[in-house]
Amino acid sequence: MSETTTTSAGYDAAEDLLDRRSPVQRLQSVLHTYPWLSPAMVLAVALVVFGSIADNFATPSNLGTITQQTAVIGTLAIGQTLIILTAGIDLSCGAIMVFSSMVMAKTAFDQGVPGVPALIIGIVVGGVAGFVNGMLITRINLPPFIVTLGSLGIFTSMTLLYATGRTVRERELAPVLLKLGNPLDIGGFRLTTGVLAMLVLYAVFAYVLRYTAWGSHVYAVGDDPDAARLAGIQVSRVLLSVYTVAGVIFGLAAWVLIGRVGAASPNSGVDANLQSITAVVIGGTSLFGGRGRIVGTLVGALIVSVVDNGLSLANLDQAYKQLAIGILIIAAVTADQWIRRARA
Amino acid sequence: MTTPTTPTTAAAAVRPVFQARGLVKTFGRVVALDAADLDLYPGEVLAVIGDNGAGKSSLIKCLSGAYVPDAGDMLLDGEEVHFSRPQEARAMGIETVYQTLAVAPALDIASNLFLGRERRKPGILGSVFRMLDGGGMRREAREQMNKLGIGTLQNMAQPVETLSGGQRQAVSVARAAAFGSKVIILDEPTAALGVRESAQVLHLIQNLRERGMPVILISHNMPQVFEVADRIHVQRLGTRAAVVTPQTVSITDVVAIMTGALKVPLEEQTLTPAPS
Repeated sequence: MSETTTTSAGYDAAEDLLDRRSPVQRLQSVLHTYPWLSPAMVLAVALVVFGSIADNFATPSNLGTITQQTAVIGTLAIGQTLIILTAGIDLSCGAIMVFSSMVMAKTAFDQGVPGVPALIIGIVVGGVAGFVNGMLITRINLPPFIVTLGSLGIFTSMTLLYATGRTVRERELAPVLLKLGNPLDIGGFRLTTGVLAMLVLYAVFAYVLRYTAWGSHVYAVGDDPDAARLAGIQVSRVLLSVYTVAGVIFGLAAWVLIGRVGAASPNSGVDANLQSITAVVIGGTSLFGGRGRIVGTLVGALIVSVVDNGLSLANLDQAYKQLAIGILIIAAVTADQWIRRARA
Repeated sequence: MTTPTTPTTAAAAVRPVFQARGLVKTFGRVVALDAADLDLYPGEVLAVIGDNGAGKSSLIKCLSGAYVPDAGDMLLDGEEVHFSRPQEARAMGIETVYQTLAVAPALDIASNLFLGRERRKPGILGSVFRMLDGGGMRREAREQMNKLGIGTLQNMAQPVETLSGGQRQAVSVARAAAFGSKVIILDEPTAALGVRESAQVLHLIQNLRERGMPVILISHNMPQVFEVADRIHVQRLGTRAAVVTPQTVSITDVVAIMTGALKVPLEEQTLTPAPS
């Protein structure tokens, strides 16, 4: 112990500055700083591969179609990213979205509520659903997995009961609810207003996470809740706000969904719950919380659509899609585990 | 909150900056604190040591607002204070650094320093768009780190998880020292660290003292205590058994006081710091 006392005043500062890392360690640290880089590389590879094996793949109109196919899951996955950043998970996001979409369609069609208020009611319903999930998680201290597994069942069932098994068709829908299905041609790329809405939402939340105190707190809470609490952050309040905001995003995704499908059906978006988690995980956000970038989620959602679209254009069996996505999920989580150990 | 005044050496011997009088804390039939006193003078490092169960940790938890004492008073700058939550103690300028490296690993140094009290940009960017003043916070973070002699850390946008344990603890200490604090409590700051990293933290404590910041250091590590402390408060059986200086007693004596084998007469104790 006497050595401690003699060296305390002059520890070797130069040693801290010396870079003795191997190239692999450097790669690890670069991926650590830019968690969206590895999904971006996967997306680039997928684009090149399908571009060379499928003739109609790399056309502006097909690439536009891919973004359209991404819009619903891409929007939903924004909310999912916020939740996963806090080390939580939401299994009910798709069910909340479909329920919101039915509320929007039916309050307008059955109750004769004008389009805009019906839309707002639907979005508020999404927010309330998220708030209830958040209350159960923060006040009763239930694990997010269990709470949202429960609400998945509840909202799925409520949707079916409320819709009485009936789809609200295009001509029955209030025009404003179909707004996000409107085509939008930008330089040959066939987009929709829904795609644009999704991109705007990504920009908003990229800003919020990067440049606001709330964003820092979301990361801090997911990173280490005890440390966040000791720093004076009200952890449950942050969590509750995250689940509520995510619920509002699920409500907005419902609007995108109606535009995409051109109808409000209780049977649409049944796979959306897990697909949103897939997009977030492939996008490089850590399931352990506190790590990831929202832009990675967009890339992750695009990867899923590209694989889906590319396989069908290349006349390959769609069964390969599940295989490819499954491998990507496991690879992404493995990479995350490795990257988390990085030292810059 | 008033800005803390830098203590002058003339005033140093006069009034304690932080004082506890007759603190009592019981848990059922267990008496953790039995009329415990503590005096912290401006600009000194006061080490608090004691065996397990001596009430060391209860005493510190009362001072930092984590416990509310059953009886007794606490005086900050001579004024009576009561804390019902750690946040209240912090608002009064009493900052605590925990052994558990309480930082958010994925956030950068500047964000950690300002965690929970972020600064927004002036004007419409800050008020409407809630934009943080990232540049300003990084600049001030660098200033703070330099003041504490942690000049090796230059990149304030570096995530904390890329730092060594000692550097992380340095970030915690810098955070505690940054916000007009009057007293810094360091609760076993080296317990989770290796030898070299502990040395960095001790170096940091010496820097804090040079800046005139009063520090309460809780530690099990006797050589460390003897290296940095001005006075040593020995806690035993829920109360203050003695206050000594490293110059007048040996480690063996202090251990003897801790275990009750040695009693120090009141007139031989160092209840106030020697005038410098």
